[in-house]
Amino acid sequence: MVESADTRDAPRVKMRTRRLKLWYGDKQALAGIDLDVPEHRVTALIGPSGCGKTTFLKCLNRMTDTIDGVTTEGSVTLDDVDVRDRSVDVVQLRARVGMVFQKPNPFPKTVYDNIAYGPRIHGLAANRRELDDIVESSLRRAGLWEEVSGRLGDLATGMSGGQQQRLCIARSIAVAPEVILMDEPCSALDPISTARIEELIDDLRTKYTIVIVTHNLQQAARVSQMTAFFHLGRLIEVNSTAELFQSPAESMTEDYITGRFG
Amino acid sequence: MTDMTQPATSVHQSDTSRERLRRRYGRERSFKIISVSALGLTALFLVILLGSIVLNGWSGFLTTKLRLEVTYSTKHLDVEDPANGNFRMIILDALRERFPDVTERRELRALLGIVSNRGTWDVRDALLDDPSLAGGSLELWLPAATEVDMLNKGYVDRSAPEELRLIDDRTIAWVDAIDEADDLATVFNWTFLLSGDSREPELAGVGGAVLGSFWILLVTFVVSFPTGVGAAIFLEEFAPKRRWVDVIEVNINNLAAVPSIVFGLLGLAVFLNVMHMPRSAPVVGGLTLALMTLPTIIIATRAALKGIPPSIKDAALAIGASPVQVVSHHLLPLAMPRILTGAIIGMARALGESAPLLMVGMVAFVVDLPSGPTDAATALPVQVFLWADSPERGFVEKTSAAIMVLLVFLVAMNGLAVYLRQRFEIRW
Repeated sequence: MVESADTRDAPRVKMRTRRLKLWYGDKQALAGIDLDVPEHRVTALIGPSGCGKTTFLKCLNRMTDTIDGVTTEGSVTLDDVDVRDRSVDVVQLRARVGMVFQKPNPFPKTVYDNIAYGPRIHGLAANRRELDDIVESSLRRAGLWEEVSGRLGDLATGMSGGQQQRLCIARSIAVAPEVILMDEPCSALDPISTARIEELIDDLRTKYTIVIVTHNLQQAARVSQMTAFFHLGRLIEVNSTAELFQSPAESMTEDYITGRFG
Repeated sequence: MTDMTQPATSVHQSDTSRERLRRRYGRERSFKIISVSALGLTALFLVILLGSIVLNGWSGFLTTKLRLEVTYSTKHLDVEDPANGNFRMIILDALRERFPDVTERRELRALLGIVSNRGTWDVRDALLDDPSLAGGSLELWLPAATEVDMLNKGYVDRSAPEELRLIDDRTIAWVDAIDEADDLATVFNWTFLLSGDSREPELAGVGGAVLGSFWILLVTFVVSFPTGVGAAIFLEEFAPKRRWVDVIEVNINNLAAVPSIVFGLLGLAVFLNVMHMPRSAPVVGGLTLALMTLPTIIIATRAALKGIPPSIKDAALAIGASPVQVVSHHLLPLAMPRILTGAIIGMARALGESAPLLMVGMVAFVVDLPSGPTDAATALPVQVFLWADSPERGFVEKTSAAIMVLLVFLVAMNGLAVYLRQRFEIRW
């Protein structure tokens, strides 16, 4: 592993993993990952299929808990508190560390109810007006307000794929998270919707810390400031995105980004 | 291929290829013929079944009534208590007036026999409604005895020798005379729908059995639905995927296939012999059928929960919903149409079940309408069984008519299940 050369204004570390190991039953999927996720930056996780990127992402908000037969080892910290500590409530952790999935998965409810669901269960709004405000500001931040302000009562499942994915981003923003995890958020979208989401990610960085898994190297280069390359459950290299794409330190990284394998 | 210069498409235009194609079409055609004829055979059986039931049963919804001019002669009445008169004599007087040439005692008794026993009650009720009738007279439509009813509906073969008929020549003559005077009518049989069982076919009704079935199903639903849905949610969403969960799953699937009579024996042993609950009561029948319906509901609920895309669950978990919130806010509402469909189909099966009810004493002759789940009652399919077992000709049509009532309820329940599925199910 190679340290970042650019340390001039090194940001605070928001999430940190140390010797993170994970097994699906007997099969080891992560073999000791040490990664620092800088605050207010976009960190991209790249690597060939099955390298453990998504598994790693799911460790950050303990979505791995919902999978049967998973055992983990090592530490994952959020603001220097281990997320697996007994004092950490998993429900609250997931409100602080939101997640956007590969396939848009809006609830089969109205646009309004999709956004309002999170604030409702976490008691973020004292009354209907505050809830309306949260819904509006979340949709605005996700760049969706102009398109859906007139049809908040429509079923979210009737929107286009790109709109659905931005709705899912708005839904995770609505619970005021600190970190947003994105698992290949554009893989099911057309190029125009993808461009909109990429712009959105860049905007969101000022307020949130973002970790994004992507198969698209150009996308990683466009949206992220940090890039981590995974291979077969190991973190091969992590560096500033510019550094990693221009002069990778590991030959394996170079092979991957130049398209020689993967 | 021998000639490599031929275009590549030739493989699919050769004679063997054409032959293969022809055979494939042949196989598809014969498969279609087999499918359609299987469907046709099923439809034929259904038509035969329903046709024979309707043909036998439609007349059960009708009954025969006689018009008589009854005179409330004060010599048959108790002036102090009008309810206490000799109403048989009043009817007999009315008949005697009509057929003055009948004088012999035995003949008079036979003449009185053309009016149903229920007639005396109708005559009495008319007087109680209007006590000023005492001494006056009134035209009344009285229910005919079952033999007259059968004759009127054409179930009596007039050409058969008298001793093989259930009604003799003399009575036929009386009935014909009444009919000629336009005093014989075939009307809708409200008694059949509203009253309980009776020894007299013309007075027997499915009302008691319908109410009994209602109380049984109410108990069954109240017990099995929450238990079954709760068990299914636990098994599907909360129970760790361990060996004992598999064992439970196998057992539930087996329970769904256990013959219903076994549940009846279990109900008899546990609810009656150990817990000493009342015999013939819908509460016991309902609990027994709940045991039988439980596996069906558990299986339907688990299938409904499995049918919800896991992405919905992920979405809810990822914005910080607790497992219980995931179930109550998302999974259960989304699965509900299919759960209800499964539950209704389970209930419809319970409605048509008779064997377990026989074991808990619901195969009883119950005249009164049950007013609650602890009153003695019988159920629709058991009523069918009881009537099918009765020797009187009048019960033949009642049996088929009761089956029609049962089928109407079954079709209505299954229709509701289909409607719920079509109307509320969300598709992905």
